[in-house]
Amino acid sequence: MEGIIELHDNIMFYILLIVVLVCWMISSAVVNFNEYNNHFSMKYLNHGMVLEIVWTIFPCLILLMIASPSFILLYLNDEVVLPAMTVKAIGYQWYWSYELSDFLNTTTNQTIEFDSYLLNDEMLELGQMRWLDVDTWLYVPTNTHIRFIITSMDVIHDFAVPSLGIKIDANPGRLNMTSVIINRNGVFYGMCSELCGVGHSMMPIKIESVNVEDFLSNIMEY
Amino acid sequence: MAEEKKLDWITPQFDPRFPNPNQTVHCFQSYVDYHKCINIKGDEFAPCKVFLRTFTSLCPNGWVAKWDEQREQGIFPVKLEAATPKEE
Repeated sequence: MEGIIELHDNIMFYILLIVVLVCWMISSAVVNFNEYNNHFSMKYLNHGMVLEIVWTIFPCLILLMIASPSFILLYLNDEVVLPAMTVKAIGYQWYWSYELSDFLNTTTNQTIEFDSYLLNDEMLELGQMRWLDVDTWLYVPTNTHIRFIITSMDVIHDFAVPSLGIKIDANPGRLNMTSVIINRNGVFYGMCSELCGVGHSMMPIKIESVNVEDFLSNIMEY
Repeated sequence: MAEEKKLDWITPQFDPRFPNPNQTVHCFQSYVDYHKCINIKGDEFAPCKVFLRTFTSLCPNGWVAKWDEQREQGIFPVKLEAATPKEE
């Protein structure tokens, strides 16, 4: 997420530069060269080799400077190095199901899996978000490298949590991987972002990040 | 809680064979490797557990259940028996 914000700031610098330059050029052209006030005639100005080279090379350089951090971020996002835990998020029509199979209960040989359904209006309590809160939500530890494995069991869904900077398609028959490090405790909401049927709007994602100790004690109680 | 519950927390690490966001083959290959491994070395052979943990962490439980069923019916698309050395 930091990377995305940094790229945005980076590109915003160039955008502001271009906006100011273009506005200045347009306004100075309008002010200085109108029909009442024309400093020089364009009649003999047919070629400007230097000018043409400059206005070709300069935008190229700007595009390169925007493209390089963008590509770096793109390929960094692809790599999931040293994850500490894996969460499988599986899209169904129309709910998400989570599996935390890293946590193998060695006595019963069971892993953790649960479905996360939308709370309807009658079940909502004061303070809960309408159409965003779910009955069981995903707990994850803070400051931990989490790998998400996203897939679907029926149609294409999309696992999108804007505040964590993830949006990844859930395709049936394919496991997509992405990674997240959450830096602070909190609750993060997301929604399915690929039109998947009538219940498309009723499959929100709720992720709560807690300290590692709280997370582990929570997991033990599960 | 009277009985002590023991939880393992292991996650499969980066595998240079599967560097892409698409981890489908990673999951499937680990499943195949695990069953080949225990067919050769037996259920209790510890190094096979690596494959077990990899595919349980990566594969959706539904897929594993489906493959287990296919194995029982003998229609799993990959040969899992211990390969006999070919005579040249």
